[in-house]
Amino acid sequence: MNSFIPFEWIAAIRFLREGRLQTLFIISGVAIGVGVIVFMSALLSGLQANLFYRLLSSQPHITLERPKQVVTSVRKAELGQQIISAVQMPPQRVGAVDQWQKVRDLMRLRKDVVTVSPTVTGPAFVVKGSSNQAISLTGIDVDQYIKIVPLPDKMVSGTYRLTNNDIMIGTQLAEDMGMQLGDKLRVATAEGANRTLTIVGIFDFGNRSANQRTTFVLLSTAQNLLNLVGSVTSIDMTVKDPYEAENIAQSIASETGLNALSWIANNSQFFQGMNAQSMSSMLIRLFVGLSVAAGIASVLVVSVVQRQKDIGILRAMGGSRGQIMRVFLIQGAVVGLLGSMLGSFLGFLLLMAWRVAAKNPDGSVMFVITLDPKLFIYAALIATLTGLVAAVTPAVRAARLDPVVAIRG
Amino acid sequence: MDSAVLSLQSVCKSYAVGTPVETEVLHGIDLQLSKGEFVALIGPSGSGKSTLLNIMGLLDRPSSGKLLINGQDTSTMNEVQLTQLRGQAIGFVFQTHLLLTAFTALENVMMPLLLQRGHPDEAMKSRAATLLEQVGLAKWRNNLVNNMSGGQQQRVAIARALALSPSLILADEPTGNLDTKSADAVFELMRKVNQDSGTTFLMVTHNVTMADKCDRVLNLVDGNILTETRK
Repeated sequence: MNSFIPFEWIAAIRFLREGRLQTLFIISGVAIGVGVIVFMSALLSGLQANLFYRLLSSQPHITLERPKQVVTSVRKAELGQQIISAVQMPPQRVGAVDQWQKVRDLMRLRKDVVTVSPTVTGPAFVVKGSSNQAISLTGIDVDQYIKIVPLPDKMVSGTYRLTNNDIMIGTQLAEDMGMQLGDKLRVATAEGANRTLTIVGIFDFGNRSANQRTTFVLLSTAQNLLNLVGSVTSIDMTVKDPYEAENIAQSIASETGLNALSWIANNSQFFQGMNAQSMSSMLIRLFVGLSVAAGIASVLVVSVVQRQKDIGILRAMGGSRGQIMRVFLIQGAVVGLLGSMLGSFLGFLLLMAWRVAAKNPDGSVMFVITLDPKLFIYAALIATLTGLVAAVTPAVRAARLDPVVAIRG
Repeated sequence: MDSAVLSLQSVCKSYAVGTPVETEVLHGIDLQLSKGEFVALIGPSGSGKSTLLNIMGLLDRPSSGKLLINGQDTSTMNEVQLTQLRGQAIGFVFQTHLLLTAFTALENVMMPLLLQRGHPDEAMKSRAATLLEQVGLAKWRNNLVNNMSGGQQQRVAIARALALSPSLILADEPTGNLDTKSADAVFELMRKVNQDSGTTFLMVTHNVTMADKCDRVLNLVDGNILTETRK
């Protein structure tokens, strides 16, 4: 017996050790529960991080556009009059952002904004022989835009490099038009402008319609084709905390009077899906946790009955109710802690197995699961606490045992 | 009354109080145990011996009457005070050598000290070792008690009862489950401890020969002390 360890700990550990099989079973039970929780949590956060990355790496966090053009009725109602009017909304044409350089500089001064990239976007056609296809022409500032959408990562062939006569297209458009890297391509707009560009890159956004419609050219090329020389149609931005995008967008909108769209507002369905997923996983974890707690409690209740005699002896020899209670509380906590350590290891093994098993058809990892040490610490803490709480009822029962009955029993 | 280690004054004990089957087990027991006495308590089963022992050992409270231990009235004490007094003043030796099977012989003897002080220490260990030597089990100190014979276990229990140098040791048929040879050895050991340290013993027994060897024999029948013989 080590003199630094108090009586309660000594007795708790000895009792657990003596009831080997029981202890082993309940620790395994806790371990399986904790293992499932760790595995599920890591898997889900990996999956969500992956989805967020995919979503965020193909769009800006906030896009500034010029305010929507609206028509208001000029006729005012006079006293006692009511006007019922139907105002037809005008079609929204491609429009330039007023004094965009000023807005851009203003945005760059904001601490919560990381990247500011002006872009010109408008409709156009690609024409090859007798076939043509509608596209969305996006003129970008090459150095800035790369910080918003990591285009080089998405390139299937070619390089991320644009001159005035170059264009980058998606895989689907290349396939539809039967074009390859280095081919010439004629781009025309409804305004009648047209220009022949060279394909310098083909990218894959992992989305058929994006791969079909989206094309990238230099800012100046797009300005020329869309008849918007010197202007831009939107200012794309990334912010420090993507989850704050909506609030920042609102503050920018009221500051500049422009129309600010956050990625959160643009993808509300995605967020609902994420929340539903988080909620259901939370519920599963909660129920696994409850069943672990019930397991610990039931084993300890049985153990109190089995230990009746020992409890009686300890009480007869001057052991206090508090001491007896703590012996059983500690047993619960120790079972929780050991179980969670074993369970964390189990969860870790499961995750390793998952890494090996879950691969894309091309052999690359489906998504990266990062193991956060915090997850293991939380699991251990919560399991220990669960063990402690589960042990309360048995411990109180043990403390209340009448020593006479306990010894006779 | 100063020399009385334990004093019972009109102690009654009833069970199932307030129900139709209420039964009084002890009917006003008056008894004093003096320092250094070795007392045998005999009587047929069902006479209330164990109940009396539990009351004297502060494991149970009397329904009426008073119990004084070393002159202190216990009737006004609360649960915590009783537990404390029990630990300090009284040692138990039970019929079925109730030892903690998860611990070694030495640790079992240490247990009353450990419960009182909270942490194990060297003084405790050497005290327990001395006691084990006294009961002739020095060699067995690190054995788990389950690996020892009945007689050996009962000797461990006696050593444990002595750990806190209590003024009174209550022994409930300590030799009841032992063969004659072991029983005699255990009895002689208790007698020796009694003579050496002046510890008061009260021993419940069915063995008439053994009772005859005690200083005083109390015969409990139907909840009354029927006869009392002094040597």
